[in-house]
Amino acid sequence: MSPIVLYTIISLSATGIAAAIILFVIAQRFKVIEDPRLDLVEDALPGANCGGCGFAGCRNFAEACLRSDNLVKLFCPPGGNDTMAEVAAILDKEAVEKDPLVAVIRCSGSFAHREKVNNYDGAASCAIASSLYSGDTGCQYGCLGHGDCVRVCEFDAIHMNPETGLPVVTDDKCTACNACVVACPKDIIELRKKNKRDRKIFVSCINQDKGGIAKKSCSVACIGCGKCEKVCPHDAITIENFLAYIDPVKCKLCRKCVPECPTDAILEINFPPRKEKEAEIKPDKGAETAVEPIASDNTDAEPKSE
Amino acid sequence: MFKTFRPGGIHPSDNKLTAGSEIRGLPVPGQVSIPMNQHIGASPKILVEKGDLVKVGQLIAQEEGFISANIHSSVSGKVLKVDAVVDMSGYKRKAITIKVEGDEWLEEIDTSTELVKEISLERHEIVRKINESGIVGMGGATFPTHVKLMLPRGKKAEYLIVNGAECEPYLTSDHVLILEKAEQILTGTSIMMKALDVDKAIIGIENNKLDAIAHMSTQAEHYPGIQVQGLKVKYPQGGEKQLIQALINREVPSGGLPIDVGAVVFNVGTLLATYQAIQKNKPLFERVVTVTGKYLANPGNLMVRIGTPVSALIEACGGLPENTGKIISGGPMMGKALNSLEVPIIKGTSGITVLPDTESTRKEIHNCIRCSKCITVCPMGLEPYLLMPMGERELFERMEEEWTMDCIECGSCSYICPSNRPLLDYIRLGKVEINKIRRARKN
Amino acid sequence: MGILTISPSPHDHNSESVSKLMYGVIIALLPAFLVSVYFFGIGTIIITLTAMVSCVVFEWLIQRFLMKEKPAISDGSAMVTGILLAFCLPTNLPIWLVILGSFVAISVGKMSFGGLGNNPFNPALVGRVFLFISFPVQLTSWPEPGVNHFAYLDASTGATPLNIMKNSIKSGETMSEILLDIPFYQDMFIGRMGGSAGEIAAAALLIGLIYLLIRKIITWHIPVSILLTVAVFTGIMWLSEPALNPNPLFHLLSGGLMLGAVFMATDYVTSPMIAKGMWIYGIGIGVITVVIRVFGAYPEGVQFAILIMNAFTPLINKYIKPKRFGKEVANG
Repeated sequence: MSPIVLYTIISLSATGIAAAIILFVIAQRFKVIEDPRLDLVEDALPGANCGGCGFAGCRNFAEACLRSDNLVKLFCPPGGNDTMAEVAAILDKEAVEKDPLVAVIRCSGSFAHREKVNNYDGAASCAIASSLYSGDTGCQYGCLGHGDCVRVCEFDAIHMNPETGLPVVTDDKCTACNACVVACPKDIIELRKKNKRDRKIFVSCINQDKGGIAKKSCSVACIGCGKCEKVCPHDAITIENFLAYIDPVKCKLCRKCVPECPTDAILEINFPPRKEKEAEIKPDKGAETAVEPIASDNTDAEPKSE
Repeated sequence: MFKTFRPGGIHPSDNKLTAGSEIRGLPVPGQVSIPMNQHIGASPKILVEKGDLVKVGQLIAQEEGFISANIHSSVSGKVLKVDAVVDMSGYKRKAITIKVEGDEWLEEIDTSTELVKEISLERHEIVRKINESGIVGMGGATFPTHVKLMLPRGKKAEYLIVNGAECEPYLTSDHVLILEKAEQILTGTSIMMKALDVDKAIIGIENNKLDAIAHMSTQAEHYPGIQVQGLKVKYPQGGEKQLIQALINREVPSGGLPIDVGAVVFNVGTLLATYQAIQKNKPLFERVVTVTGKYLANPGNLMVRIGTPVSALIEACGGLPENTGKIISGGPMMGKALNSLEVPIIKGTSGITVLPDTESTRKEIHNCIRCSKCITVCPMGLEPYLLMPMGERELFERMEEEWTMDCIECGSCSYICPSNRPLLDYIRLGKVEINKIRRARKN
Repeated sequence: MGILTISPSPHDHNSESVSKLMYGVIIALLPAFLVSVYFFGIGTIIITLTAMVSCVVFEWLIQRFLMKEKPAISDGSAMVTGILLAFCLPTNLPIWLVILGSFVAISVGKMSFGGLGNNPFNPALVGRVFLFISFPVQLTSWPEPGVNHFAYLDASTGATPLNIMKNSIKSGETMSEILLDIPFYQDMFIGRMGGSAGEIAAAALLIGLIYLLIRKIITWHIPVSILLTVAVFTGIMWLSEPALNPNPLFHLLSGGLMLGAVFMATDYVTSPMIAKGMWIYGIGIGVITVVIRVFGAYPEGVQFAILIMNAFTPLINKYIKPKRFGKEVANG
């Protein structure tokens, strides 16, 4: 072996050992004592850093879980009850079962139902459009259709339907992280209780104008007529400012209100087709909504409202 | 010697179609709706009810809060309703709708055209009278004038700056006022000088209005302390900070007010309103509005009662052209596009610009090529190319560090951008969000 | 009347657009192209057209099939890249090399960063430097000017003034001997010298510069700062030792300096945004160019100098800010 190679090996090994010693000393000296459970909790979380829990990221949430005595006020929306149960097991604390939620778009004012009275030609951002104008349709409450909700969704659970100009939520992907609710300047999106088989009944409108004005700007607007309120056997429906609201907790999904609505503002989604008797009242509705999500059922329902 | 401001600025084609056309009186419309949010600040308290009879000049809404302004009826007739009317942004706002019956003015208003030069009121009386008359900045900012006159403790005004620059393309309302009401404006300037206790006033007029500069200079010789200064044409010269810098070479500090450099700025329209309020006892209920557009049959400068719907003005100018694509309240650079023709004229409406459909829509957006033109034209020394992506990504705190709040929203960056990027849209969004952040920080 | 358009202000826009700016640059390159055709004949036309067409085609293919977005070749930026690449290649270069250079320029230099506006380095220079390092022999044999207008690959070749200078100084010749071998300054000014397609005629490039300035496509800061720095730097060396160093005029007129200073360094995307930053950038290019030319291994250093300063551009943009209105209040 030539001396050069030997010296090289010796000097390199010496450098390596010296560096290892320094690193070891520093690592010991500046060691941060951390609860090992923190990493376990963080691993149990989805790791999307969506902020739905109210903390900046998953690690912050894990720290909060570790610090607090119980997990009553802490919940990870994307992970849901399973994740929280896992976290609770790691930390030996009690998790509180929460009803799973899902984002719901409370506007059915598609291009077909809501005529454009102006042509918006600014930057394609709901935040910008709403800061200057109420929108380019007659309805000042409705969806602007520039997709701020789509951009903020970390889970690819919300998309714009180019035919209706409205966003559509994919229930399976939605984690109810609240990001779209915050992003929507019109407050159209609501987190509602997730029912069996993703069934949903809700008033797909937030227009607080008087009936006539609302109806003029959008053919599927809630006009606040109160028919649904009267028919509801569970007292789940309230009318305020000419707008009906179905309480997701009280609602038992009986569907009695749906055929009552004169403007088809109440949507029923993922239900089986109605029986013959009911189908007479509403020829298309039940069958269509059973398979189609929000977007297209209104289009089909339109001939009937004319 | 013409002066101008530095840095930045652009030269849009000025299209002053109505320059030199006289002020025409617009007949009183059949019905007016007078909005309550005509000025910056709090809405005033409504004093009338449905069914009340009002006269021209009668107080119908009383100021409420420190920054607020009175509102007077612009017509005589019966109050039809007091409720919400859709304003130019499409949202509903409080307004008083009055059905016009005759044209009966309050008796105390002096309707003679005789010029009254003698200023009999004392300083505090002038401020009170301006307050009572509901005068706000008529260049478009609509800041209540009497609040501007109450200087912060320890501050002393040195210069009164009169804004006759009218740098906005198309608009000529200030121009025509200078030509027709120069003496009234000069008297109004003297009144303001007395109210502010200053002995120097400078009137800045851009040199695309040479006739106005000449006329004003001749008239100003009879008024001590008032000087007329020509300015090189450059947008946005009529911006408060730009005008001060051009005329007295002082920079209003970032986040500061003109009074921090000893200046107070008024628009010529505001000074005319001041003259009428002090010398003629006439509150602010009408103003000159330029109605203009390349395809309008008969554009002109109209004297319009506040609350008149825009449609009445356009009818008086020959009706809406077939190819109309956009109607702007104000000029094309800073004006706001109207969503309907039924929007009422307010105290700050300096013009109605009708654009054809070929000029109404924006061009296709391309990638930023970092040509740095937006930086070159920004009169506030900002970097719009950098701020826009921050706005898109909602990095509002970083926007704040980059001096976004200094933006005067003149639109020079969006105007010049060869990639047609909506720079100002996102900067404006950033300003709104930064304001929210700042409010949250205070609490 | 249709429905009214609503949009945030401003409602006016000047008539300038990216494509107009790019076509403006192409017009400004025209005089240099004509001079090159006059001296090198058909070779200039072949490589310029090849580079232009292949840059546009590569950009279209990449945007259409790889990035899956709407091709934006109509903005003219790929065409400018192609012309600039051709302009710094010898006119007797085989077509396949030109196409390869165009491919590297567009794919590596531009589209890999996300297309127009996102590339940190001047794409044409990326292509040129790639060819120069990979195929040094082909890239350093320049045809002689004005000899045979219809010879392309088989054109008789010679050296550029910078090559002569470098080699002669190395071999120990004195300046007065070297000056006999290189063309007269007036010939160099109009372009009668060996060199790459578009870099030979300082006069034509200056005409292009004037056009760019009049059209306000670029500002004067970058070209002036580069040329001034080179003149001052070489001037000092010339004054201190006239026997060993050529005078500043030689440096200004020779090689790709003029083309680089006017068209390459001023590329919007890769140059600083603010006048002060442009000065730093220009001085940096000037200094590095002279250092490479005088002390380095290569006779020419403009391309490397611009690429090196391109890398500093983001840093310059970060720290050199425009003067904010009302920041330092100067009253009076």
